[in-house]
Amino acid sequence: MLELILFSSLNGVLYGMLLFMMAGGLTLIFSMMGVLNFAHASFYMLGAYFGFEIAKHLGFWIGLFVAPLLVGLVGALIERFGLRQVHKHGHVAELLFTFGLAFVIEEVVQMIWGKLPVDYRVPEALDFVAFTMFGTTYPAYKVFMLSIAIGMFIALLWVLTKTRVGLIIQASLSHPHMVAMLGHNVPRIFMLVFGGGSVLAGLAGVIAGPALVTQPSMAALLGPILFVVVVLGGLGSLTGAFAASLLIGLVQTFAVAINVSLSDVFAFMPFNPQVGTVLGDLWSVTVAQVAPVIPYLLLILILIFRPTGLMGNRET
Amino acid sequence: MKRYAIWPLAALVLLALPFVFDSGTSLTKMSLMCIMAVFALSYNMLLGQTGMLSFGHAVYYGLAGFMSIHALQILAGPSASMPLIVVPIVGAVTGLLFALIFGWVSTKRAGTAFAMISLGLGELVAASSLIMRSFFGGEEGVSADRSKLAAWLGLDFGAQIHVYYLIAAWTFFAVLAMFAITQTPFGRMANAVRENPERAEFIGYSTQMIRFISFCLSGTFAGIAGALAAINFEIMNALSVSGAQSGAVLLMTYIGGVGHFLGPILGAMLITALQISLSDYTGAWMLYFGLMFILVVMYLPGGLAGLIMAHEPVVRAGHLQRLIPAYLLAAVPAIICLSGAVAIVELAHHALVKAATEGPQMSVIGIEFSSKAPIPWLVAIGLFVTGLLLSRMTWPRVRDAWSEVHLLMKQS
Repeated sequence: MLELILFSSLNGVLYGMLLFMMAGGLTLIFSMMGVLNFAHASFYMLGAYFGFEIAKHLGFWIGLFVAPLLVGLVGALIERFGLRQVHKHGHVAELLFTFGLAFVIEEVVQMIWGKLPVDYRVPEALDFVAFTMFGTTYPAYKVFMLSIAIGMFIALLWVLTKTRVGLIIQASLSHPHMVAMLGHNVPRIFMLVFGGGSVLAGLAGVIAGPALVTQPSMAALLGPILFVVVVLGGLGSLTGAFAASLLIGLVQTFAVAINVSLSDVFAFMPFNPQVGTVLGDLWSVTVAQVAPVIPYLLLILILIFRPTGLMGNRET
Repeated sequence: MKRYAIWPLAALVLLALPFVFDSGTSLTKMSLMCIMAVFALSYNMLLGQTGMLSFGHAVYYGLAGFMSIHALQILAGPSASMPLIVVPIVGAVTGLLFALIFGWVSTKRAGTAFAMISLGLGELVAASSLIMRSFFGGEEGVSADRSKLAAWLGLDFGAQIHVYYLIAAWTFFAVLAMFAITQTPFGRMANAVRENPERAEFIGYSTQMIRFISFCLSGTFAGIAGALAAINFEIMNALSVSGAQSGAVLLMTYIGGVGHFLGPILGAMLITALQISLSDYTGAWMLYFGLMFILVVMYLPGGLAGLIMAHEPVVRAGHLQRLIPAYLLAAVPAIICLSGAVAIVELAHHALVKAATEGPQMSVIGIEFSSKAPIPWLVAIGLFVTGLLLSRMTWPRVRDAWSEVHLLMKQS
């Protein structure tokens, strides 16, 4: 039991930090530009594929640095030549633009790298066991991922609180119009934030690629979860996004580890729905099987009962 | 009177189409177009008429489809009493029921929050479809045999032509009903909620109630579409409640145009036709589909219907001939650019996907070349760039022609 709690917590925190690497950028983009970027998870996928391609030719470590920058460049170009064009048609058009973009990126990735998962491996230097506890091993690569994620978190915190750009970004989070009136070049800040958010998503992709599976559906699998995180944390709140990332990360990893169903809990009762009926299906489904549904349930509940999210102060 | 003449005409066209296109594939194609037209129109009740962007509309379509397929199974057999034509009612009721439940939750909020809740609900149902296997049938889905139901006027609906007429009839009445709704005071209020919810509240209407009613009506018609799909395919799988299906209806509706009643029908017909025929020619048709959607979002926010309807007053004023020369001039570089873009996509698709199994050789109109050689690539990119540059020169002509027409129309 202790083993389960320990490892699930570790994995949950790791998953949560990875989520935050993307949700952080997404929150920044949404709060400043009002765009819920559907393509954000696609940048994560691009990061993984770029990392894979560079690792094949030049090695993992070069990919770790170059791939996120490439993704950031792609993001900045898309903002400059696509999104800015759509901006005049309003927020719905922007949302739909990113929606179409996610669609196109998935198709292009499928065309270039194929529909099957690619063989993106953990680098040999990190392919060992970090520690063994209760007879279960923990790979060094996961420790590496965790340290990158934490390092990124500290760097982001530093940029946002200590640098001039960070202060402007923070100001645009709460008062975008005021920032524009103060004479800052808001379109350029938009491009910077969009590019920066893409870099973070790309970095998450590069380090998550070898640990999870690098495949064309990885964006579609993660995208909705990211929205859950951002809305749950409260739109415009970075701390909220952080808390929500960890919450979702932990809830999902713990849920996957729990193999209990209603029929187990109520086994003592004489009443038991038959297997093969809808009620029977619900009765015998385990918590682990319900795990993918939990974030969406949370999303719906929070939007009904606390529309500002956990820590937000803006209504969506 | 002229306004209403279109309905008997549409009915005649639906009746006559099978005599013109009588092959099996075109019957299937037309049936599918009708189904998708109803589905896209029901979606436009939300997006176009009430201004609610939903990412989970397939929920009502899919659930109604599943319920109908179960109804087909239950109603089948020797003691069958209900004919097939009533099954869409099952779909409508299912759609309404789920729209009542989910709509009550989601229409409390508008705007982005509504969009997010609809996404969450869509993912929720899509994920549950993998859990509740006895209802959704797991991977292989649920199938039924429509010809086992009680015969109606001697028809057992085994043949596709019978099913086409069944679907066409339901489509006709559903479209008529949806159009009628837009003409009612409620339809106008829905538009008011879309344009300015605050003012709608001030007049004394509850915007939440109007969103809710719109949502329920929309779910009902999506349910009819789902039931028609169940009848047409005789099989339903988890894909029909998935996010992909919700995305598809959004794409169709938007490409067709959300601002005009006929837009979604246009979009549904075009996209269905493309889906069926384009996939025969190229493996990259999904990419074209996505690129087309992005282009429409960027340059044609009114969709195809918006583009067509913009010309209506010009035609009525008799100034169309002033636009045509500019259009013809602009069409040349546009076609060059488009062919370049298509060539790039096809070359890339061939070099990256097909070359692995068939080798890099490909042929276009009898000319053989390798998709990995530089020359075809240079030609393709050259066409694309030339077209793009020339477009920049011809486009001002179109704009000038339009402003001239506007000026003339203002004077008269």
